[in-house]
Amino acid sequence: MLKLSGKAVYKGIAMGPVAVLKKDDQQVKRTKVTDADAELARVGKAGEKARMQLQALYDKAVKEVGEASAAIFEVHQMMLEDDDYLESIHNMIRTEMVNAEYAVAVTGDNFSEMFASMDDDYMKARSADVKDISNRLVRNLMGQEDMDFTSMEPSVIVADDLSPSETVQMDKSKILAFVTVHGSTNSHTSILARMMNIPALIGVPLDLNEISTGTKVVVDGFKGEVIFDPSEEVCAETEKAMKEEEEKLQLLHTLKGKENVTLDGHKVNIYANIGGVGDVGYVLENDAGGIGLFRSEFLYLGRNDFPTEEEQFQAYRQVVQTMAGKKVIIRTLDIGADKQVDYFNLGQEDNPALGYRAIRICLKQPDIFKTQLRALLRAAMFGNLSIMYPMITSTEEVKKIYAIVDEVKAELDESQIPYKVPEQGIMIETPASVMVSDELAELVDFFSVGTNDLTQYTLAIDRQNEKLDDFYNPHHKAILRMIRMAAENAHKCGKWIGICGELGADTELTEEFLRMGIDELSVSPSMVLKVRKAVREAKIDK
Amino acid sequence: MQKFEYTVKDEVGIHARPAGLLVKEAKKFQSKVMITKEGKSADASKLMAVMGLGVKCGQTVEVSVEGDDEAEAFEAMKSFFETNL
Repeated sequence: MLKLSGKAVYKGIAMGPVAVLKKDDQQVKRTKVTDADAELARVGKAGEKARMQLQALYDKAVKEVGEASAAIFEVHQMMLEDDDYLESIHNMIRTEMVNAEYAVAVTGDNFSEMFASMDDDYMKARSADVKDISNRLVRNLMGQEDMDFTSMEPSVIVADDLSPSETVQMDKSKILAFVTVHGSTNSHTSILARMMNIPALIGVPLDLNEISTGTKVVVDGFKGEVIFDPSEEVCAETEKAMKEEEEKLQLLHTLKGKENVTLDGHKVNIYANIGGVGDVGYVLENDAGGIGLFRSEFLYLGRNDFPTEEEQFQAYRQVVQTMAGKKVIIRTLDIGADKQVDYFNLGQEDNPALGYRAIRICLKQPDIFKTQLRALLRAAMFGNLSIMYPMITSTEEVKKIYAIVDEVKAELDESQIPYKVPEQGIMIETPASVMVSDELAELVDFFSVGTNDLTQYTLAIDRQNEKLDDFYNPHHKAILRMIRMAAENAHKCGKWIGICGELGADTELTEEFLRMGIDELSVSPSMVLKVRKAVREAKIDK
Repeated sequence: MQKFEYTVKDEVGIHARPAGLLVKEAKKFQSKVMITKEGKSADASKLMAVMGLGVKCGQTVEVSVEGDDEAEAFEAMKSFFETNL
């Protein structure tokens, strides 16, 4: 059994035999020619053939994945006709008297290098397109045919990398999953895999020479894992997971577009929790009514320095625009405790969960906070954005936050930058905030209960300590009473309250939450429809 | 020569497909159509050069048209940018 990790570009599970796709290395040799015109004629013929191949691929792709995704082959055709590209090939042949294959390969490398060096991820990914068309021309020049997949049995395709044309050429009914060593999430292969609903993992560190065609393999897009030669146990688990996945898809079909309403007519909003711009697709796919918790930490994690205001603004704006008027609640920085970032220089703490984290950092180091607030206020112009502050314990903290927001407003006014002060709410995740929720409700626009931390603080149980699992009871009466108390205080002031912790997705409690008058449940995208199902089966009035 | 400035509104900028359509449009005219961003210029009839400018959403480009049919080309390019980008 060999288990490897990669990045999932489409979440799904598959099991079956491997088909290793090794590209015949196009060993292009440089040779001298004597008749340049003859070489140019060969390029012309190879180009003509390529155009016909691309037209056929385009037609196939339109049928299978739709016109928008098929457009890449139209672009390939245009790239083939690009004046600079052709000129470079012609010049090399004429001035260096080299063979057509070599001129095409070198030109292709140069142009793909140009795209690879651009500072834009989308354009970087285009270097694969240039390589794709150049390889196609070289294949045509050498008289090689496109790979033939017709006789293959349904398999998991394992390859170094796949070009868009290879992806589309394959017969969809014969592909169980894609696993590649290279590739980017922005590549067309990734996009096509998503459109075709085929599980796909990229960036898997494997040696193609060690994998043989026919080996049994499991691809788990949820865990981002691929397991070669799985044990019987793994196979049984996978079969079960595939069945569950199938049932979930069924659910999706029947519940999509339906209202979140109980049998006796009570409505609730079901939103989704996400941790990055890339998850927005899952939010819409699962039919969530909005984003109830957008963790802004992703902007700060995995880098060496603070994200700029512009970077943050672009990310927030992109999300609110994509959500097109649906609510997007962005939680300000929640670093510290179990989420550490080197450049914050937070230092070691004996009790990080009770330490310097979240809003405490923001209030002590207002420069970091202000950059984020400026980006949020600016992005609020572009859609339905709300700001949520984490780890609040007192009204004083909220007042301090508002004073900083006022400073940010004054600065933006002065620079004449357009902005909007959106709805502002707080996380209810400390017992203290529950106890003073009557006063907090007067100050803020909404509450959102973070049940994970609230449980940890209320039950005095460290979430990271496995030994305490037996004592950890998320259904503890103390927690439910706290949520009820916060809900009553919110409603007294005419404010709304949601739950964005894991408990929100606990369908055993859905009915109880609705009885408390909870207005919104924010859960992971994959749980949205399950919770919708629980809501639609619930009855509130006794 | 006639020219106009345009700020790109398309979320992903002048990416592959619109760049392709732009080239098709520019090739319809005899006039030379140039696109300039931050001092870098590209001939609008060359796809890879246009993509190579890497024009992103919110960036402003200058489009200049020069040649026999420039009045016609100017109008066509302007309406192309407004409807597609």
